[in-house]
Amino acid sequence: MAITRKEVLHVAKLARLELSDQELERLTRELGAILEAVGKVAELDLDDVPPTSHPLEIVNAWRADESRPSLALEDAFANAPRREGDLFRVPPAT
Amino acid sequence: MIDTLRLTAEEATGMLARKEVSAAELHGAYLEAIAARDPELHCYLRTVDEPEGEGVPIALKDVISTKGIETTAASKILAGYVPVFDATVAARCKAAGMPTLGKTNTDEFAMGSSTENSAFGPSRNPWDPSRVPGGSGGGSAAAVSAGLAPWALGSDTGGSIKQPSALCGNVGLRPTYGTVSRYGIVAFASSLDQVGPVARNVRDCALLYSIIAGQDECDSTTVELPEPVRLPEGDDLTGVRIGVPKEMNEAAGIEPGVAESVRRAIDLAAELGAEVGECALPHSVEYGLPCYYLVAPAEAASNLARYEGVRYGPRVDAEGYYSMVERTRDAGFGDEPKRRIMLGTYALSAGYYEAYYGQAQKVRTVIAREHAAAFERFDVLVSPTSPTVAFKLGERAANPLAMYLSDLLTIPSCMAGLPGLNIPCGLSEGLPVGLQLIGPQFSENALFRTGYALERALAFDPVPERLR
Repeated sequence: MAITRKEVLHVAKLARLELSDQELERLTRELGAILEAVGKVAELDLDDVPPTSHPLEIVNAWRADESRPSLALEDAFANAPRREGDLFRVPPAT
Repeated sequence: MIDTLRLTAEEATGMLARKEVSAAELHGAYLEAIAARDPELHCYLRTVDEPEGEGVPIALKDVISTKGIETTAASKILAGYVPVFDATVAARCKAAGMPTLGKTNTDEFAMGSSTENSAFGPSRNPWDPSRVPGGSGGGSAAAVSAGLAPWALGSDTGGSIKQPSALCGNVGLRPTYGTVSRYGIVAFASSLDQVGPVARNVRDCALLYSIIAGQDECDSTTVELPEPVRLPEGDDLTGVRIGVPKEMNEAAGIEPGVAESVRRAIDLAAELGAEVGECALPHSVEYGLPCYYLVAPAEAASNLARYEGVRYGPRVDAEGYYSMVERTRDAGFGDEPKRRIMLGTYALSAGYYEAYYGQAQKVRTVIAREHAAAFERFDVLVSPTSPTVAFKLGERAANPLAMYLSDLLTIPSCMAGLPGLNIPCGLSEGLPVGLQLIGPQFSENALFRTGYALERALAFDPVPERLR
């Protein structure tokens, strides 16, 4: 199941990766080979088999709904590349 | 004089209790060993010079958040990131008095089987530095084998603890999914990721597991252990039913020397009293790898969406927000994370979701059911951990699919959430061979018992020949 360069470009957009032309070309080739290998899962007829999303049978593990201190503001900003007041500074999303 | 190549964590604990050595002296002995051997092996991304705690020190894989100590997951996109809190497993080690020796190398975001995907250069195998230590947790495994740490923590998504332990000749446990907290672990594939111990022998491995395991309110996928961890002590395997899955032991690509060592270990188990029989996992090996390489990248694509240059990590500036994010991610991620993000995003995208991700989740059910059926007749399943001994640096680096095959035998049980223990079972071409023991969920005590009895009978010397 080959993947086209156009599809790779579209997926890169979805994944928010600005790939170079060289990367696009290499990934088109590599993803094609990998998709062919993993496409093997389609061989099995599994219409009646339920999916497994999680290996343990735990349901709704809640803790008590009590307020408690969360991360201090200074800690939350400690690794931020850019801060303005109590906000993360980013370029405009236009 | 402390021989860090031979000293076990249990012996070190005894020496500390009897005051034959101080924690600072012990820590210093490992730092000296690191200074002598790590320039060649590159197990550590950084070390901690001032020990905190009076216990046996430990090395932590660099996906484990350590308050005040840079944690990068061997990725440029986390370069300079200093966590403001400890992962639960790091906190539990601290609470047990264990000082951190340093942070060990890994494939970037734990994606790989050789540590060659580390953005900061590969680690090397202490048995032969021209070969890889396995991955992703090659730094932790190589550090333990080279006497640069008495024990270490790793993380395992599809084999990242077991396979490096096999290639380096030590003991590694991937615990049952849900028994060890992932709070503060750099996430890769959340329905698979597990933290686990790497040690020089089975008792140390069990001891470390007992320190880190148990429910954590910060990770809602964790559970309490149904029974306490028992340190193994007997040689007798009477009553233990050992299954030999045909497909796991006869898969194409298993080297003859590996198959032979594993066969001998199985014979030895029978001599120790175990009942040994054949069984089948017809779909688990054939479809396990494709299933994994859909589920894990899909979850990785989602988990790695958080790296966008806003809250942490380096940023590549741009006029607009989206180009800033796209450039930051292109510059920050290495080839393998990009490959998996792309693969996962594709597998989750409109029109392909059911055929790829949905189908893979159903295959996962098939794999879990096959293992459950085998465990109706057997307590433990055995196979090689890795089809091959340690391979040369560069040998598989250019071919992603060849690299992915390294985890052929470790992946199926991971998909089913089962625990797996690697113990060394011999040498082939002068390099360690790993035996994989798989049990039902929460059967760690049975794995430790079996592994310990075999370890004693096999009498494998875990110190690399060139360092003896």
